[in-house]
Amino acid sequence: MATLAEKFGLRKASGVGEAGWGHTLIVALVSLIYFLPVLMIIFTAFKPSAQALSVPPTLSPTSLFGLIPDQFVFTPTLENFGQVFNRVMVSGSAAEPTGFDVFFFNSFFISSVSVLLALVIGTLASYGFSRYPLKGNDTYLFIILTTRMLPAIVVIIPIILMFRTVGLSGSYLGIIMLYTAFNLAFTIWMMKSFFDELSYDVEDAARIDGSSEIKVFMKICLPQVVAGLAATFVFGLILTWNEFLFALLLTGVDTRTVPVAMNQAVSSGGRGTDWTLLASIETLFLIPVFLVTFFLQNHLLRGVTFGTVKR
Amino acid sequence: MTTTAQFLPAPPLFSPVAHNWKLAILAGLVVSAVAIVLFPAKLSLGVAGAMAALIAAAFTVNAYRRRYYGGLLVAPAIAVLFVMNIFPLLWSLGLSFFAYQSNNQSIRFVGLNNYIKVLTNDIAAPANWDALINTGMFVVFTVALQMITGFLLAMLFAKQFPLRKYLLILVLTPMMLSVVASGVFFSYYYDPTFGILSYVMGEITGNQFILMDNKLGAVAGIVFTDAWMWAPFVMLLVLAGLVSVPKYLYEAAAIDRVSKPRQFWTITFPYIRGLLMLALLFRTIEAFKLYDLVYILIRGGQDTKTIAYLITEIANEQNKTSEGAALSYVILFMVIVLTNLYLYLANRRNKGA
Repeated sequence: MATLAEKFGLRKASGVGEAGWGHTLIVALVSLIYFLPVLMIIFTAFKPSAQALSVPPTLSPTSLFGLIPDQFVFTPTLENFGQVFNRVMVSGSAAEPTGFDVFFFNSFFISSVSVLLALVIGTLASYGFSRYPLKGNDTYLFIILTTRMLPAIVVIIPIILMFRTVGLSGSYLGIIMLYTAFNLAFTIWMMKSFFDELSYDVEDAARIDGSSEIKVFMKICLPQVVAGLAATFVFGLILTWNEFLFALLLTGVDTRTVPVAMNQAVSSGGRGTDWTLLASIETLFLIPVFLVTFFLQNHLLRGVTFGTVKR
Repeated sequence: MTTTAQFLPAPPLFSPVAHNWKLAILAGLVVSAVAIVLFPAKLSLGVAGAMAALIAAAFTVNAYRRRYYGGLLVAPAIAVLFVMNIFPLLWSLGLSFFAYQSNNQSIRFVGLNNYIKVLTNDIAAPANWDALINTGMFVVFTVALQMITGFLLAMLFAKQFPLRKYLLILVLTPMMLSVVASGVFFSYYYDPTFGILSYVMGEITGNQFILMDNKLGAVAGIVFTDAWMWAPFVMLLVLAGLVSVPKYLYEAAAIDRVSKPRQFWTITFPYIRGLLMLALLFRTIEAFKLYDLVYILIRGGQDTKTIAYLITEIANEQNKTSEGAALSYVILFMVIVLTNLYLYLANRRNKGA
């Protein structure tokens, strides 16, 4: 599928050098150490509750053929994941559904819609800021940046009052609009820096050839910033997915997202933190963003598309 | 490029062309007024909404026909930001000049008193200054550590090598964690009795190791956790810059026997400068708002309270909404000065290069 960008020869050889397995070994070591705290959380999700807080800490589900002393080994179980969805809430009574299936859907629905919306609106705006600068362009950009500067707690009170007045609190629409705005500042700044890097020559050539402005945007500019779009989407998704304070104060019982529900589930009951439950919720909650990032990674790393024709 | 075309004359007020926004506003106002008089509240709200959409449509067509693309592209973003962010910000700015408590209906204008209160003549003022210093310290340490770690990680991943894809996702995972989970789990790792850190240190030194029992340890613990979570963010941005450097530049430099450090400064650095700046900007802004980790890891103990922590305490627990707002505008002012300084330096470098 030859896009216009390819026809104009925009994708050239990258500056990525080749390295062999030796380099892989070094990076693997560093990456594994970096990943270790996450791995411990995932392992905790598979621990029986009794072994969650043992001294010394249990570190591995297998003894690796006797390599790891028995005191560090735990017996993996899948029980905790069942507990996420069905759990004995009041001691003595039967297990009842916790509603986490709904919370997972809410998180999924709210984050994906708001991040996509921010991406569409933000990309259009950043293209505008980059290509058709307004009077006082920098001032607009700076005001947009300012919206991210205050602690959420400061904006939250007026927003609560506002949402109550128009009846948006506890609705999907309210929190989606809020998250869209929340993501816009980053999306605009990020995408603008990608659009700024592109060469104007190709666009002007296309204009002279009679391409409409819409075609220039869709067929020439957008294909060159796919890496930027992917990166922005991933960052936006991660931030929205894990957002806590707005979700805590502005979602109702039906629209509650996982971070809020997770916090409540873990700290309820007054018995201190339920480690295995927290770990299993977080592990399940990690999977969707992990997969999205993994599949968008190709675009992130094919970053060569960005900045190939440098101004 | 901004050719705000003059060839489209403004239509007379009553000509029914699609770009006649003056007529749309007039019609909108009249119809809405009639609806409010004749219909019940709910229905008239709907009519007013439809009229607002009509006016927006007229503006859109007008902007398009006049080739005012800049405004057209930017308008939706500005509209969303205005309703959801700027308007609430202005509201809380207004609140900072009043005595207002969220658990109390009374409201009274007090001018600059809240600002004077949080900065000088209140019992809380020394605590505010301490929190300000703490915030500065956290900003410097976490941002520096994130930038360095993120940059080094990006250098590791800048080459093509086997399994790169699978190793990269491992490094990216920390920032995907919910702060609640990672914070709570780091407090477990740091725990004097059950934590792995104390276990390892205990085996080495033979004494019980308590990380968080002094300010230095507490700060180190918080800085480490925050930097661990967000260094991948810096890494991704830098990586996007690194992979975009055309290979032939390095080849040409190698032929000219340019030294590696010089290659870095003259070839690589210009490609990643913009993205480093963006990373620095956003991480600094976020670091100024550091609250959740301080709360989860140590509940603000060991003199680690940051400004965001204090604001949350004042506004949320003590219900002093307007004082919290005043304090946060002091912070906003500082962040604005700092980001302007960043942007100024970045622009000057760009022009110099």
